[in-house]
Amino acid sequence: MSEKEPKVRIRDLYKIFGPDPKTALQHVREGMGKAELLEKTNHVLGLRAIDVDVLPGEITVIMGLSGSGKSTLIRHFNRLIEPTAGQVLVDGEDVISYDEAALRQLRQAKMSMVFQKFALLPHRTVLQNAGMARRVRGEDESAANAAGQKWLDRVGLGGFEGKYPHQLSGGMQQRVGLARALASDSDIMLMDEAFSALDPLIRTDMQALLLELQKDLQKTIVFITHDLDEALKLADHLVILKDGSVVQQGEPQQILLNPNDPYIEDFVSDINRARVLRVRSVMRPMNGKTTGFSGVADVNDNLERLIELSGGDTAQAFRVQQDGKDVGVLEMRDLVRALVPAHPSGSDSVR
Amino acid sequence: MAFYDGLFDALGLRTWCDAAESDGPMSMAQLLQQSSGQTAEQVAAAGTPLLETPFPSLDALAEACPAIIRTRDMTTGVEEAFLAVKDPLKVVLGPVTQPLSWALDGTMDLFEALPWFLLIPILLLITWYATRSIALVVFVGLAFAFMGFIDHYLYAVQTLSIIFVCTIISVVLGVPIGILMSRSNTVQRIAIPILDMLQTLPTFVYLIPLIFLFSVTESKLYGIAIILYAIVPVIRLTDLGIRLVDRDVIEAADAFGMTSRQKLLGVQIPLALPNIMAGVNQTIMMSLAMVVIASLVSAPGLGVLVLRGIRNLELGVGLVSGFCIVLLAILLDRVTKAALNRVNAAQTH
Ligand SMILES: Nc1ncnc2c1ncn2[C@@H]1O[C@H](COP(=O)(O)OP(=O)(O)OP(=O)(O)O)[C@@H](O)[C@H]1O
Ligand SMILES: [Mg+2]
Repeated sequence: MSEKEPKVRIRDLYKIFGPDPKTALQHVREGMGKAELLEKTNHVLGLRAIDVDVLPGEITVIMGLSGSGKSTLIRHFNRLIEPTAGQVLVDGEDVISYDEAALRQLRQAKMSMVFQKFALLPHRTVLQNAGMARRVRGEDESAANAAGQKWLDRVGLGGFEGKYPHQLSGGMQQRVGLARALASDSDIMLMDEAFSALDPLIRTDMQALLLELQKDLQKTIVFITHDLDEALKLADHLVILKDGSVVQQGEPQQILLNPNDPYIEDFVSDINRARVLRVRSVMRPMNGKTTGFSGVADVNDNLERLIELSGGDTAQAFRVQQDGKDVGVLEMRDLVRALVPAHPSGSDSVR
Repeated sequence: MAFYDGLFDALGLRTWCDAAESDGPMSMAQLLQQSSGQTAEQVAAAGTPLLETPFPSLDALAEACPAIIRTRDMTTGVEEAFLAVKDPLKVVLGPVTQPLSWALDGTMDLFEALPWFLLIPILLLITWYATRSIALVVFVGLAFAFMGFIDHYLYAVQTLSIIFVCTIISVVLGVPIGILMSRSNTVQRIAIPILDMLQTLPTFVYLIPLIFLFSVTESKLYGIAIILYAIVPVIRLTDLGIRLVDRDVIEAADAFGMTSRQKLLGVQIPLALPNIMAGVNQTIMMSLAMVVIASLVSAPGLGVLVLRGIRNLELGVGLVSGFCIVLLAILLDRVTKAALNRVNAAQTH
């Protein structure tokens, strides 16, 4: 997408759980799969040959089913889990070679984390929780409280600072979790299924809040989810994990249009494609065509809106504009074709 | 001759056995034989029926082979071994435990020196701060008024002062030990059998080696016995409490870069506090149980009265002092449990 230097690079990362991971790693490198490894050596293959670049200012979403290694992967970013082999480079420095003090420094200043189960300190007030990162860093009480208060207000929890976490609802607790992470002023924010424990409406709110904050803050966010809708909503870059390996990564719209694995096809077959796909992913170049348009569409409109505009007429075409300039043509015929999940194998026809 | 003669003959040990023949003290069996008026020859002539085959114990074997020691010699040996290490042990343990005597004596002097019209209000104030419960304050007040009225006040205060000191020392030593256990599985594996032993050992057995090590006039003698017995729950529950702290919260603490010290003081101990407090409650109750038994080794307090009741068959003295102990037990239990509930309430609803 862009030529920016990655903020975090994961290079050839392996993680194997068990008493003798080094020997098991040998087997894995020789091609043994997760099930076979478990059966033959009683080791669990957590991650295998992971290569991911996380670009600054983007939301990188890591998606996969339960047990695919998402939590294991995100915990390598701040080394809550030690890798069996491989590198984690943050701003070009190998985190794996850090000693304890340097690692603590990284966790205090560069990376913050939001957890699925909130993981707030139950014996501290909301304000104290929000300012926790500052206090850990050794800043004094008033500085920590000021930062905590600022971010609590920002996530919409002004007025609750004196309460204890158990006095808040799940959604509010996660707002505290978010404020706590933001108050650390770290460039990188790790979010492990941060919204999965919330009910759908609250979850939508939180997603909106995150996107709104991200517009101003431009943080580097690594977001884990098992929910494709959430992934498509948030992701600038989508990484799909299966059994500890990356099966596909890239621009979410591209993955949706060109899944390269039956696993991903399964994933994408159930979503409302008209709502998720955007005009920019389906349009064609202008090629000098200037007439015969039934209207104007924005590159970021979703297909649902176009169907509405065309009134369902597949013969129409639309002029696509970005910031007021023509950038392409959308043929309704292409749009309709894009609504049917693609099958890279080409074998079976439309389901 | 004796039953196992044949065995030693067969093994060709006869000369070794007889070389050591001596006329040491007679064994219990020989004494019995003598008093029954039979000579050894008569018994031997009758022969031992197979059904009465004696267990090959030290005594039975020694009868056939004088070179083997008898059980009585063995116990004497243990005693001598103990006495031999006693003096060096005393050189080390004496000074180390001396502060305990000072603490016990000093606190007792202080408690006794405070006039009742000061001490009782102080206790009531402590109760109020710990529990915030009017009912408990009234109960404590009534209990002390009752004990004062029947002239048991001084004894109760002595008992209380011993419990006070022993509990504080148990907590001061036990919490760090519990923390160590929670941090290392190896330490835990080593400590658990020791704690099990301390807890299952009959309480009287504590006193036996201690009597040899320290003189009965020293207060640390009963202090050590009480602490050894009562420290167990606070260690166990500190360990358990810290291990039970929510994994997710610990992970969050790590993810934000807390040092292990920040984590211990800011997260683990506060979150383990309800369990630690439950341990303190049990420690107090076990101190009370032990302080009564420790009156056998000159621990002052209500136990002395119970002991007098038993020794002199003064039924009334024993029963009334027993009732006072029950009263103290209920009072200590209620007050610490109420304090514990306040800690719990502050953390979760
Ligand atoms: N400490 C561990 N010891 C052994 N195996 C582990 C350990 N932690 C994770 N695993 C295994 O590694 C694999 C990946 O686990 P992980 O928790 O990363 O999955 P996940 O994608 O986060 O799943 P979920 O959506 O359920 O959270 C699983 O097979 C799991 O059993
Ligand atoms: Mg997970």
